[in-house]
Amino acid sequence: MNASIWTLVAQRILLGLLLIFLSSALIFAGTQLLPGDVAQAILGQSATPEALANLRAELGLNVPVYQRYVSWLVGLLHGDMGTSLTNGQDIATAIGRRLANTLFLAASAAIISVPLAIILGLVSVLYRNRWPDKLISAVTLASISVPEFMLSYILVFYFAVQLGWAPSVAMISPSMSVLERFQAITLPVIVLVMVVLAHMMRMTRAALLNVMQSAYIETAELNGLGRFKVIWRYAMPNAVAPIVNVVMLNMAYLVVGVVVVEVVFVYPGMGQYLVDHVAKRDVPVVQDCGIIFAAVYITLNMLADIFSILANPRLRHPR
Amino acid sequence: MRRTPLPTLIGLVVAAAFFLTALLAPLIAPYGMSEIVGDVWEPASAAHWLGTDNIGRDLLSRLIFGGRTTIFVALVATAVAFAVGAAFGLFAAVVGGWVDLLLSRFVDLVMSIPSLIFALVVLSVMPVTTPVLIMVIGLLESTRMYRLSRAVAVDLAVMDFVEAARLRGEGLRWVIVREILPNALSPLIAEMGMRFIFVVLFISTLSFLGIGIQPPNADWGGIVKENKDGIVYGIPAALLPAVAIAALAISVNLVADWILERTTSLKGGRNG
Repeated sequence: MNASIWTLVAQRILLGLLLIFLSSALIFAGTQLLPGDVAQAILGQSATPEALANLRAELGLNVPVYQRYVSWLVGLLHGDMGTSLTNGQDIATAIGRRLANTLFLAASAAIISVPLAIILGLVSVLYRNRWPDKLISAVTLASISVPEFMLSYILVFYFAVQLGWAPSVAMISPSMSVLERFQAITLPVIVLVMVVLAHMMRMTRAALLNVMQSAYIETAELNGLGRFKVIWRYAMPNAVAPIVNVVMLNMAYLVVGVVVVEVVFVYPGMGQYLVDHVAKRDVPVVQDCGIIFAAVYITLNMLADIFSILANPRLRHPR
Repeated sequence: MRRTPLPTLIGLVVAAAFFLTALLAPLIAPYGMSEIVGDVWEPASAAHWLGTDNIGRDLLSRLIFGGRTTIFVALVATAVAFAVGAAFGLFAAVVGGWVDLLLSRFVDLVMSIPSLIFALVVLSVMPVTTPVLIMVIGLLESTRMYRLSRAVAVDLAVMDFVEAARLRGEGLRWVIVREILPNALSPLIAEMGMRFIFVVLFISTLSFLGIGIQPPNADWGGIVKENKDGIVYGIPAALLPAVAIAALAISVNLVADWILERTTSLKGGRNG
């Protein structure tokens, strides 16, 4: 390790922070797109002038756009997310609890899907073009051709309703034990795993196959090493960089996938909170949720970049 | 030219069947879109091939009209994405310099926010109507078309025939439309197939979340939303749109793959 690699990493971190900052501006701008104003859109055409004036004052619409943006941003940085329009609750408290739930769901899916994807990738390279490989390909291809919410209902229909193996809604409450929580989120976790597994597994397979074509692998094979040992000890280390990269990208995708899955399973997380308040046109909540999702997504993408920099030995020795 | 492979043929036939059904929906559907013709969640029968939905409308007719809406919205949104993305992408590649830099960085920024989240943010203040949906989805998707068309055109822009056209004094418009576009078209069309499927999934997801096509209009995502409560009672009505979407997605993918493969082999590429 030397200075140049850390410079690259530092650049990526700075770029990530800049992206988060700029995306906050974009999200804020996204809620100002209307030709009229937000208050009118929320209350509809039949609103009385007093109600409009009240809501405008509440939203702070009487101050210029840039001032509103700055005060929103400053509030965010201090952990003050404002209050919800629909029920007047403090948004930060509501989000804090739900964010923990969402991370619990996403982390459970990640812990299962990552090892599984790598093992399945290995298996399909080991049995390349034979039936295990083809079966894995077919199943993963089918699972990405159906949107998450439909996949969820297919699983609910068969596993929750017909077989009764798992609950069809994933209600969790603070009083539940850890085991009960895991049981409650079985189906949503399976859906999320299926959604990200396909891509990760295919990329693992592709990365391994790419390395398997190198001359040194042929040498190892001609030396009589077993096929599994060749793949695991010799091909894997050189395939780690692309695999780690695609894993991180899928973790980022997972963050978005939870939105839909939470709605299907009535799971009390960030995604459900966001979707509920989009329908209610509760702009402050939507802005806050939007920037949090964007920030997590950008951070994970940034980590993917940093990992691939760290995993690339060519960058450790500057010319 | 080699024979068209069997999977592609199947894909073509299935995709064509979907588009024809969408086009001729009022002629094919046995009942009207929002006509109440029976009891709630009647099982499949001779009168209602797939049964009825949550308020007693014929499910097959709902699916056919739903497909019409979904496919129509997705087609127009893809066209918007293509027109905007390719126009800016080719423009950026040909002009280069700070215009290219500015556009590309802006696209990077938009793509750094997950498109579902951004769509939800924008739709929280916009009136949710079909034209607004088409524009929001089309513009968000155009970022991907921009990247691809720019990448393809950057390679083309330095080729001799483009240089020749420039030297003989052709304008920017001619260079883009007559020299670069025809050569960039095949990868872009294959990408359009992929984008179309992605848009179908996107619009279905939005409708399912209640922020897409509004009732009483039918679309595949909305049909799932309307019938999801039946699942708990073992009524599979909500699963039928999944079958339709999967069939459409797979068939369009098969055709797009074939286009991509054919064009790479025409250029003497890897698959030649």
